[in-house]
Amino acid sequence: MKTLKYPFSQAMVRELHVGDMVNITGKIFTGRDSVHKYLHEGNPSPVNLRNQIIYHCGPVVLKDKKTGKYRVVAAGPTTSSREEPYQWQVIRDHGLVGVIGKGGMGPKTLNACREYGCVYFHAIGGAAQVLAERIKSVDGVYLEQFGSPEAIWELTVEDFPVVVTIDSHGNSLHQQVLESSQSVLKELIGQGH
Amino acid sequence: MAKKNPPKKITKKITKKKVASSRKRKVPANGDVFSSLLELLRRTSAELPDDIQKVILTALEREEKNTTAEYAMKIIQDNIALAKAKSQPLCQDTGTVLFYISHPANFDQLKFMDKAKKAIVKATELGYLRQNSVNSVTGKSEPTNLGPGHPSFHFHQHKSANVEVRVMLKGGGCENVGIQYSLPYGPIEAGRDMAGVRKVILDGVVKAQGQGCGPGVLGICIGGDRCSGYLESKEQLLRKLDDKNPDSELAKMEEDIVQSCNKLMIGPMGFGGKTTLLGCKIGAQQRVPASFFVSISYMCWAFRRQGIQLSKNGAIAKWLY
Repeated sequence: MKTLKYPFSQAMVRELHVGDMVNITGKIFTGRDSVHKYLHEGNPSPVNLRNQIIYHCGPVVLKDKKTGKYRVVAAGPTTSSREEPYQWQVIRDHGLVGVIGKGGMGPKTLNACREYGCVYFHAIGGAAQVLAERIKSVDGVYLEQFGSPEAIWELTVEDFPVVVTIDSHGNSLHQQVLESSQSVLKELIGQGH
Repeated sequence: MAKKNPPKKITKKITKKKVASSRKRKVPANGDVFSSLLELLRRTSAELPDDIQKVILTALEREEKNTTAEYAMKIIQDNIALAKAKSQPLCQDTGTVLFYISHPANFDQLKFMDKAKKAIVKATELGYLRQNSVNSVTGKSEPTNLGPGHPSFHFHQHKSANVEVRVMLKGGGCENVGIQYSLPYGPIEAGRDMAGVRKVILDGVVKAQGQGCGPGVLGICIGGDRCSGYLESKEQLLRKLDDKNPDSELAKMEEDIVQSCNKLMIGPMGFGGKTTLLGCKIGAQQRVPASFFVSISYMCWAFRRQGIQLSKNGAIAKWLY
């Protein structure tokens, strides 16, 4: 088990490799479909994302009516592949050093990770409670006009558990598993005749 | 038939009064349809049924120690316990809310839908459900969680006098990897026979990889039209995982699909590993000579479905899973 502590840097993520189990502690920002499309269209980010980590997540957030404070009730990752058309550009233009999501991403993101020094972290899909428990505070919300799940939530996390599935050295666990499962499939359907 | 009507009306009046009083309280009370449905939604969102928990535990034990696959299954296991203890959603994507209602004749579907919608609004306020209903034209998220097509209601009349309500919460990640094949399917030479059906099912699982939050469960319909095929594939997911298909050929195929898919080594979350599928349920419908569809609905490990039998006054008489 490795740890990654805020403030993050390119040098820190360059040391990570596919298959590493990592606990992240510090600041992360949620951002999913609307945010990526918005940034891709060239709109300025309401927060500085340089050396930051973005989390593909649409959390369930409740606001305490008395104190006005936000509380994250559930916060697992959403499918990352939908951001594949945009992610490389957001990494390049905004200087992200990490992306957390689920299901993996494609060659554009893989290349951007290698070129600009970024890592794709896979969180456990569906584990909304375990992950929400690791969120220690909600420090801000931006682009709330996109609706609660689509907004940028600024969060502080402690020991947030992830697995590196795309590193900054051109390796992708997703590519490896896809290729090996495809070759097993060929054997299996050959036997099916 | 006419005799049955008067007592029904009385029941409804009582129900209405109780709805009004229970809304002042925050905790759902027993004894009316609204409260029963609210409790059904809460429990569906926060607790996995026993049949699913059982196969998840087996999957955890099967994975090699100190691998990312075992790590994923452990977190899944922790998450199931935590969601139940905190009474909060297992997964933040509380999905499309699908209602399957089996009811006798003379059941008022409109009244039921009204109560179910109210229960959804309340469940969303309480955080059991996320605001998950988006206007497809404007892109606006609907705070009440309602809107055209949401929730999704499926009524079936049956001979029994009981009313049974089943709910499935199906998240977008797994819904997106569902797929419908039309046989023959050229790329893998799948023909219009059961061997062809088997090929496209395995192909569908390879295409899904870890994207649907595996290890998952497949609901499959062989045949039907494009619409009825998907409907039936989802209804297959209402079956208990440890039941046995009454059709022996389909029963054999269900077993074969699980065993074969677990050889693919896609594993939990697509990390690689021994468990790719937790189960597979297959149904078949008649088709027209020219069409041969195979419709696959993929359900994630966070398989949220529950059901209740309602008593005469609308209380929960029995849990179905």
